[in-house]
Amino acid sequence: MAAPVHTDLLAELRDSVLDRGVPATPAQVLELLRLPDERLEDLLELAHAVRMRWCGPEVEVEGIISLKTGGCPEDCHFCSQSGLFASPVRSAWLDIPMLVEAAKQTAKTGATEFCIVAAVRGPDERLMTQVAAGIQAIKDEIDINIACSLGMLTPDQVQRLAAMGVHRYNHNLETARSYFPEVVTTHTWEERWDTLRMVREAGMEVCCGGIVGMGETVEQRAEFAGQLAELEPDEVPLNFLNPRPGTPFGDLELMPAADALRTVAAFRLALPRTVLRFAGGRELTLGDLGARKGLLGGINAVIVGNYLTTLGRPAESDIELLGELSMPVKALNQTL
Amino acid sequence: MNAAVDAPAGGASGGAAGAAYCDQCGEPVEAGGHERCAARRVLEPPRYCADCARRMVVQVTPTDWTARCSRHGERHSADR
Repeated sequence: MAAPVHTDLLAELRDSVLDRGVPATPAQVLELLRLPDERLEDLLELAHAVRMRWCGPEVEVEGIISLKTGGCPEDCHFCSQSGLFASPVRSAWLDIPMLVEAAKQTAKTGATEFCIVAAVRGPDERLMTQVAAGIQAIKDEIDINIACSLGMLTPDQVQRLAAMGVHRYNHNLETARSYFPEVVTTHTWEERWDTLRMVREAGMEVCCGGIVGMGETVEQRAEFAGQLAELEPDEVPLNFLNPRPGTPFGDLELMPAADALRTVAAFRLALPRTVLRFAGGRELTLGDLGARKGLLGGINAVIVGNYLTTLGRPAESDIELLGELSMPVKALNQTL
Repeated sequence: MNAAVDAPAGGASGGAAGAAYCDQCGEPVEAGGHERCAARRVLEPPRYCADCARRMVVQVTPTDWTARCSRHGERHSADR
């Protein structure tokens, strides 16, 4: 009889994670990921309680923009921006006025975070110069936190970004260490980890998550949650694979919605105090109902509007939903 | 849903009404078989010019997109 065992696990986690703030272990996360569908609502309810207990009702809202699109030399198998695949995405650079306009659009939604992203292995001098000019132009006109995601960094670049006022740096580990070689062959998981370590040492907040549904096993999904918990990032963006035409993962099936929600809840229990952000692929994987279920199942941050190369739910829909759920948008400079 | 994610006119035909080429896969509209393209279009900007099938330079922003063909100019999310 499996049900009583699962009930015991949730009761155990109610005591350890909800009451005492002790993160679920990878072994516990694995059990959660294997819970049957009839236990999903109980799991989501617990994850929501953990989020409310340790993070509060506020939701952090973010917009993202691609500063440099396509033509990336890396071979991340999920990514339409790799120059190594026959993807329809062409290279493009955003100019500073358009970047500032995008930041304004983002701020109008109520977002407090604006993330500037470039499809690169790591920034070259041209990109660093463009980022510096862009950040200054945004700061001159808009009151919004600026994050960056520019790939792997050198120690000097880390210091320069911190000096520019970048308060959070995104660099996803993407998947479990054991599965990473199946996803990327042009650099290593450890190289990504090194950048994250330097980012933290420089005083910037660490944003690190990944994509689920890339063919990893549930054991590897649990392993990934444990590795993120070990990193202790300030934010974990959780993406669900959106199979991109022309990429090696282009023919993978979408992750089942129940598995996606189980993952959200399990990651919340592994990361009780972290900003857990709904990111790309949620519209396809979970549909319109997914936003509500996720926000009531452990999520406390969203990317609103469009993504880097694909479209998302209208920002207004998510903002209205937050109102319905009595979840206030996090105010600027409020620490979650 | 806003204009950016509404299914455009043309439905499963491969793009805007009267288009010669599917803006998702770049194949001729009249060849048919664009059901997956139509489904994809709900959450995708155009990738190929509907007039000449050239790959377009696409820029997505939080609330909009633009797609530029070197021969036929720029389309905008508001055009859909």
